[in-house]
Amino acid sequence: MRGKLGDRALYVYTWLIILWLASPIAVMILFGFNDKQSKSNTSWQGFTFKWYQQLFAIDGLTDALVNSLIIAVVSTVLATVLGTLLGLAVGRYRFRGKGVTDFLIFAAISTPELVMGASLLSLFVSANAPRGHITIIIAHTLFSLAFVVVTVRARVVGLDPSLEEAARDLGAGTFTTFRLVTLPSIMPGVAAGAMLAFALSIDDYVVTSFVNGSEQTFPLWIVGAVKVGIPPQVNVMGTLIFGIGVLLAIANAVSARRKTTH
Amino acid sequence: MPEDVPAIELDGVVKEYLAHGETVQAVKGVSLTIGEGEFFSLLGPSGCGKTTTMRMIAGFEEPTKGLVKLLGQDVTNVPPNKRDINMVFQSYALFPHMNVWENVAFGLRRKKVADAEIKQRVGDILEIVDLTGREKRRPREMSGGQQQRVALARALVNRPRALLLDEPLGALDLKLRQQMQTELKRIQREVGITFVYVTHDQSEALTMSDRIAVMNDGLVEQLADPREIYERPASKFVAGFIGTSNLLSGTVDAAEGDLLVVRLGEHDRILVPGKAAAGDTVDLTVRPEKITISTEQPESGLSVVRGDVAEITYLGTYNSYAVALADGTEITVFQQNAIDSSTTAERGDTVWLSWRPQHSYTLS
Ligand SMILES: Nc1ncnc2c1ncn2[C@@H]1O[C@H](COP(=O)(O)OP(=O)(O)O)[C@@H](O)[C@H]1O
Ligand SMILES: [Mg+2]
Repeated sequence: MRGKLGDRALYVYTWLIILWLASPIAVMILFGFNDKQSKSNTSWQGFTFKWYQQLFAIDGLTDALVNSLIIAVVSTVLATVLGTLLGLAVGRYRFRGKGVTDFLIFAAISTPELVMGASLLSLFVSANAPRGHITIIIAHTLFSLAFVVVTVRARVVGLDPSLEEAARDLGAGTFTTFRLVTLPSIMPGVAAGAMLAFALSIDDYVVTSFVNGSEQTFPLWIVGAVKVGIPPQVNVMGTLIFGIGVLLAIANAVSARRKTTH
Repeated sequence: MPEDVPAIELDGVVKEYLAHGETVQAVKGVSLTIGEGEFFSLLGPSGCGKTTTMRMIAGFEEPTKGLVKLLGQDVTNVPPNKRDINMVFQSYALFPHMNVWENVAFGLRRKKVADAEIKQRVGDILEIVDLTGREKRRPREMSGGQQQRVALARALVNRPRALLLDEPLGALDLKLRQQMQTELKRIQREVGITFVYVTHDQSEALTMSDRIAVMNDGLVEQLADPREIYERPASKFVAGFIGTSNLLSGTVDAAEGDLLVVRLGEHDRILVPGKAAAGDTVDLTVRPEKITISTEQPESGLSVVRGDVAEITYLGTYNSYAVALADGTEITVFQQNAIDSSTTAERGDTVWLSWRPQHSYTLS
């Protein structure tokens, strides 16, 4: 009896948590369809598709989104390549300065964004670097890098070193061994790191606001629009970004299942 | 090339590691030759340098001193991917993201073998290891024994000059182990490739090998065929490591022709082949199954010792007796459990133990 009651309580609790987590997303999606008349988009006034049709009607917003996507893609690629190499090094080798490297990775993850943003700004100012696209990409690469290192390192540490030796033994050179054996083995870590890097970059506000110069990004534009009212196009863009994320997650789950049942 | 070029030759091979600022010699000077088509075992306790020796043959470690030759050619500085030998790893090291077929074809693809030939050879080898029909399986969907055979096929399909196996059955349970021992022997005969087999299990080495190198502390203690290793251990270490043996120590009384007369206690008289002067102390060994136990005085011409039965253990097809000699030495005797067994010794009885002189050996 008690087990049954416990089961039911757990069931209800689980659904409450899911509801709690999903409600902001549901509201975001819903208000992308709101046929609002006033300036603010906070009360339901009827259903419409017009914000989807006029998705790119606000030039400033469209530019900011394009900027954010370019910055996210470039910084994700950079952080993934550099982070994977660093993750391999710290996961596999003992070298002079490994302790310092481990500490810096931890520091990069745990430093408050405000501190990181402020210190990056003073660095760029003292180096006389003009703020804009480049400085934002450098900043985003920097804070995503550590997350890629951590996810890749976890895979590298769990990797049987004799796998690579077996590849060498069977005639593969150093590069072929990396391409055919090492990389596929650590790929889940690389992919997880890349997704984290993209997600961190596309919605970063704090660090970006220090180093953006006059450059606008999607989050910066939205925060700027709060006082005058956020247009429903923002909800639509948010919905689309969320939708792409869900599709990626499903694709990942399906391919993982195919791999195990094949 | 001439028939008598050895498949593998180690010449004074030494391997030193730097551990915690100190040099450690894992292998202290090993020289041996392994013939074409031979089933050769490296046998010894954990940490004696077997894996290190094998990894130098494979090319994963470079010797600190000495030469490694394959078919007469010096390959000491040749990387593993350029050596015509393959290895079966203790952890199998199957590529987890590839299926059985892709795993087995890996080596042939690296050598740019034509697709049709790859298909033929992979198919053939999978048949030999009895895995036809499992080509699409991933390693993690297979049992330990099956993974073991994939690892074997992946190495053998390349038709290497020699196959190195590092404790390949270590991860299997006893029953599967024995099955795979027979299987490995069959496969080796079928493909006719030189096998170098590393194990710490003496019974495995004795049943499978053509020749065995018994290693201890970085050195080869004895290199011989299984029969000789078992019957004529060359050192105290080998005698103690292989099977159960009795180690005795006594003083030489006299030399009678080829035999030494060795005295332990006043009723004891041991005859053993060897050379030593009267008064010398010698160590000798005799296997438990070579000893006869009796309650009456044995005939002359045999080695004879007297003692008290301290323990009798019934082990199914035979009994094991522990007999304590006057000086405290304990001797183990195995006696067949035949119906008409003449031995009626009980615990506490005083008995005679006897064996033929040629069944005991002096040790260095
Ligand atoms: N990479 C290494 N660094 C330091 N010492 C090692 C290394 N590899 C092996 N050793 C040492 O060398 C000795 C022999 O090891 P190994 O060849 O693995 O023995 P076995 O395979 O017979 O158990 C051991 O004492 C081991 O600790
Ligand atoms: Mg070993």
